[in-house]
Amino acid sequence: MKYIDEYRDKKLISALTGQIRKSALGDYTFMEVCGGHTAAIHRFGIHSLLPENIKLISGPGCPVCVSGTDFIDKAIAYSQMDYVIITSFGDLLRIPGSSASLEKMKAAGADVRIVLSALEALDIAQDNPSKKVVFPAIGFETTAPGTAVTVIQASKSKTENFFLLCGHKVMPPAMEAIIKEGVRLDGFICPGHVAAITGSAIFDFIPEKYNLGCVVTGFEPADLLQSILMLIRQVNSRTPAVEIQYNRVVTEGGNKLAQKSLYEVFEPCDMQWRGLGLIPLSGLALKKEFRMFDIEKSIPLNIEVLQENEQCICGEILRGIKRPPDCQLFANLCLPENPVGACMVSPEGSCNTYYKYRLANE
Amino acid sequence: MCLSIPVKIVSIEGTMAEVSAGGTLFRAGLHMIEDAKIGDYVLLHAGFAIQKISEKEAEETIRLFDELNESV
Repeated sequence: MKYIDEYRDKKLISALTGQIRKSALGDYTFMEVCGGHTAAIHRFGIHSLLPENIKLISGPGCPVCVSGTDFIDKAIAYSQMDYVIITSFGDLLRIPGSSASLEKMKAAGADVRIVLSALEALDIAQDNPSKKVVFPAIGFETTAPGTAVTVIQASKSKTENFFLLCGHKVMPPAMEAIIKEGVRLDGFICPGHVAAITGSAIFDFIPEKYNLGCVVTGFEPADLLQSILMLIRQVNSRTPAVEIQYNRVVTEGGNKLAQKSLYEVFEPCDMQWRGLGLIPLSGLALKKEFRMFDIEKSIPLNIEVLQENEQCICGEILRGIKRPPDCQLFANLCLPENPVGACMVSPEGSCNTYYKYRLANE
Repeated sequence: MCLSIPVKIVSIEGTMAEVSAGGTLFRAGLHMIEDAKIGDYVLLHAGFAIQKISEKEAEETIRLFDELNESV
């Protein structure tokens, strides 16, 4: 397929790997922030192509994994109301809340439907005027503009039974939280699809304030290897900067139309992250004029959130402090078919991808 | 979740398009794309085209890769 095959060329990959081996003079640790990158790195066996002195660690960029237990518990509570239809991205269904998941609720008879797009959720609302249709809105800057466009459509069409359970997050504050946590890093493999919307400039504060390099990266093996090479060169020359490797999609300013919808509908708010806690201004809330689409305003909840499994170290994995095999539940009690922690659920979660692609080789 | 795939626009009706990923057809909202045309490649994410793919930049990246290939 165009824009895919040419970035998977064997000769090219081997040339890039050769350049990396030649350039890597010391020890390097880079964090891939995006869950899509974590999945691609494992799927294409990038770890096995790199010399031992280059370490890649996964960050907090799997939106499913970082959705707090309270968010899942709220979605579950709404699913128990007989006048509510939950319309959700499939990934979210298996994430464990305090005591159950949306998937278990669906199996028990709740009206929980999988959608591929927020627009589908709006269609379901228009087809079911006697029900309240709730779309648990998760995802970063890549996904939030689609939700924003849908809210604008709902407003224009005066669809009064479509609601969001707001859980959208933004990436830069979480990256800053990771840096402040003191995780030893030499640079970031930055999320290409977030930057397609926001532009690469949102990462400028990282080299400026923290002296760390950032390369905005695509999702094919040649993209990833080229970015690693660019980061190594930044470290070697001590010139941390924001560079764009994924320039077929990303510009410095991003997609202005998408940004316009995003900021017409949403405004920054404090947000709870699984593993990272409450991060100021890291979430997106509906602006006043669209707040009638907020299910928590329409049907306020008062739920008690129970503790997560104490042995689960998803939080430390999401902060880049520990790796999946460091967890005593990993591949033991916590398995893809019966996940204990969120990182084992999502196909972009560190534990899930590690289990799928690397466990057999160790 | 941030998975986006390169797709080709096959037909356009208002703000919606039919797009092809290697022959598999999907629907995509074009609300965020300026001057979308049939034949354009865009990135599809969660039911929306989120960005046009720049053919010029893609060719430039490939050219740089080729140079690297020759130098090894």
